[in-house]
Amino acid sequence: MSARALARLRICDFSGQLAGAGATKWLAAFGAEVIRIEDPVKQGTWDILRMMPPFVDERRGVDFGGGFNNHNVEKLGITLNLRTEKGRELLHEIVRRSDVVAENFAAGVLAKMGLPYERMQQLRPDIIYVSNCGFGHSGPYASFKTWGPIVQAVSGLTFTSGLPEREPAGWGYSFMDHTGAYVMATAILMALLHRQRTGEGQWVDLSCTDAGLALHGPALLDWTVNGRPLRRPGVPHSNRSEHPAMAPHGIYPAAGDDEWLAIACRSDAEWRALAGVVRQPWADEPRLATLAGRLAAQDELDAQLARWTRGRTKAAAVAVLQAAGVPAAPVAKPAERVDGDPATAGFGLWPTVQHGKMGAVRVDGLPVHFSKTDWEISRGGPCLGEHTEQVLTGLLGLSPDDVAKLRAEGVV
Amino acid sequence: MSAEPKASGALAGIRVVELSHERGALAGKLLADMGADVVVVEPPGGSRLRSWGPFVDDVPDPERSLAWWHYNTSKRGVVCDLESDAGRAIFRRLLARADLVLECEDPGRLAALGLDHADLARAELVWVSITPFGRAQPGRADLATDLTVLAAGGPVWSCGYDDHSLPPVRGLGFQGYSTACHYAVMSALTALLWRGDSGEGQLVDVSMHAAANVTTEMASYNYLVAGTTVQRQTGRHAMEMLTLPSQVRCADGRYVNTGVPPRQPKEYAGLLRWLRELGITDQFPEAVFLELGAQRDFIDLSKIGVDDEITAIFTAGREALAFAASRLSAYDFFVGCQRAGMPVGVIYSPEEAFEDPHFVARGFQTPVEHPELGRTIRYPGAPYRFEKTPWRISRRAPRLGEHTAEVLAELS
Repeated sequence: MSARALARLRICDFSGQLAGAGATKWLAAFGAEVIRIEDPVKQGTWDILRMMPPFVDERRGVDFGGGFNNHNVEKLGITLNLRTEKGRELLHEIVRRSDVVAENFAAGVLAKMGLPYERMQQLRPDIIYVSNCGFGHSGPYASFKTWGPIVQAVSGLTFTSGLPEREPAGWGYSFMDHTGAYVMATAILMALLHRQRTGEGQWVDLSCTDAGLALHGPALLDWTVNGRPLRRPGVPHSNRSEHPAMAPHGIYPAAGDDEWLAIACRSDAEWRALAGVVRQPWADEPRLATLAGRLAAQDELDAQLARWTRGRTKAAAVAVLQAAGVPAAPVAKPAERVDGDPATAGFGLWPTVQHGKMGAVRVDGLPVHFSKTDWEISRGGPCLGEHTEQVLTGLLGLSPDDVAKLRAEGVV
Repeated sequence: MSAEPKASGALAGIRVVELSHERGALAGKLLADMGADVVVVEPPGGSRLRSWGPFVDDVPDPERSLAWWHYNTSKRGVVCDLESDAGRAIFRRLLARADLVLECEDPGRLAALGLDHADLARAELVWVSITPFGRAQPGRADLATDLTVLAAGGPVWSCGYDDHSLPPVRGLGFQGYSTACHYAVMSALTALLWRGDSGEGQLVDVSMHAAANVTTEMASYNYLVAGTTVQRQTGRHAMEMLTLPSQVRCADGRYVNTGVPPRQPKEYAGLLRWLRELGITDQFPEAVFLELGAQRDFIDLSKIGVDDEITAIFTAGREALAFAASRLSAYDFFVGCQRAGMPVGVIYSPEEAFEDPHFVARGFQTPVEHPELGRTIRYPGAPYRFEKTPWRISRRAPRLGEHTAEVLAELS
């Protein structure tokens, strides 16, 4: 086992779903002690993924959600009833011993639960508090609630995914829950670096819609500098590439049912290489030799190219195009990229964890490798309250009898 | 006029050398806007990113690329020809005083120049490498673009329309690059924290392909856990089974995402109250079921389709949202429905979000001086709000070679 980069850190973790749990997954995989705090009364179901599919078998309940396991590997899970005085006292003792408090409730919820930022600071003066919600803790929409698709809608990301003259296609998953988690982990780590240098903690107010809106960079400058909006006829046509200008550039049909491939020509040379592969009269037309000519004829070019791709499997088309030096890739289905792709398997991207009730389950790994302190993912997500006794005895010094009493009193 | 505040971001004092590449420019920006001293190294003709539009006033010019502007804020720029002995010597000297190197070259290029990690690393240097497939994985790195990464990596399969004769869709904004950059920054910060504890640097290998693969939510983990394959659907999550539409066209022709239908008694009560405020309950006969929902203590969702009244309540909730949307503008629906307690979203174009009062109130619009043009330009703002070490654009992107002399002087 290699050294753990974040082994010195303890995280008091209220986060859930993906937008929060995804952030502390990163920290846990690098050795931080992440203690998830869950509500015994509601059985931890604030995090709806605890009960949601996928399931490994016919068993159901709060310990069988496949998504929950995926996002909470390597974490500890305890229950604390914060409606009780004793529950709040135990929480305060954990905060005293933590470097970071992380949460992604709606704005203001954690304060109402008895842990406003000021209280955290009293308990631990250099605490780092990172809150992550849809619209942040200030501004007219601070009280509004979101899921990933709502964040994507309001921050412009749904709009910018689609074909022209149709309603938006949007993202077929919570891209901004993933990205919100990445930005949240980034904020935690930046605050930790600042504390490492200065000893100073702080609060970071993360708004997922701010984070999403920031991802449109050049398009927003086109608006503020040139006055050009993205809401205009014929736009967005998001499989094309207006900037940088490329043609052909798109997703084309292949032989078979719902089979597709991507092709992008970045230069005239790549276009000539493509023309050499397809060997069709239309591809040799001089007007298509220049980027300007191809951009002017994109609809026609796409239709001709689709006629060629449709006659081949995506694997065969990609192979022959790549061999000629043309950027091309399959639109990979899950099975193809998980079990049929040496670049994911060879990277060790799908580790198997041992879960207390589900047994051995494969999960998403991390897309990075460190030469000295690489991540490790081997323990599954915690069953509800799985580590309550371990944490209360090990960290807070309670006896097993104390814990049994707390359990009987409904505190844990 | 007050003096320019001295940079004191969370990453103040951290020296970064970034070898300019479109794949990694966002990673450098994320570090630079938090106060790291990021020196971006370009070849003599300028970074390829400078040839990417849109351009100021649509005039193509290396100093007018809005893509360059956006992704290189707060950095200093140095021209250095790695193909020459003199340039390589400068690069080595730059690295000799750096804390972090960020590079995105295709595997093998730096080794051929004698400038790779194995050639140049000092014990305490953190080296983050972003490549399409990882440094040691198969795959044509030279043929990778944002489109091919998102196609082969999984996101494209999940995005598109109910009509599968239409191609799946890639969202705009170089999100294949942005996802890899977020992982690169999380990696860099994690490695720097560990260096602070141990004094040791290391090499981090970030795979863009792997990053896309673990940023697909259920597409990957439903397959990993249950062996199932999600199918794309218009404007909502790709799932194994077709779900009901959640994107609705409003009275002004614009779209909203109606999110998860109401499920709790207080949501039915809020919805009913809102419809009454709007004065449209008499046009919605099913309002009676909203009332029944509001009067219940608990609504057992597992009884939908089994219990007639629960089914009618749930259906009325969904239909009430669609009904309200058909009577209101997208914006009024969004704000009214959120105030009634339900997480819905207006589908904004990026510029509409940028001008929205909430984002304006949070200070998202960030004025940046462009003295060479005599203009102040509004830029996209902070993804997070740090209490004590605020995110900040300390300067506009460097002009070609703007800081070469300044940085070389620091080296001598």
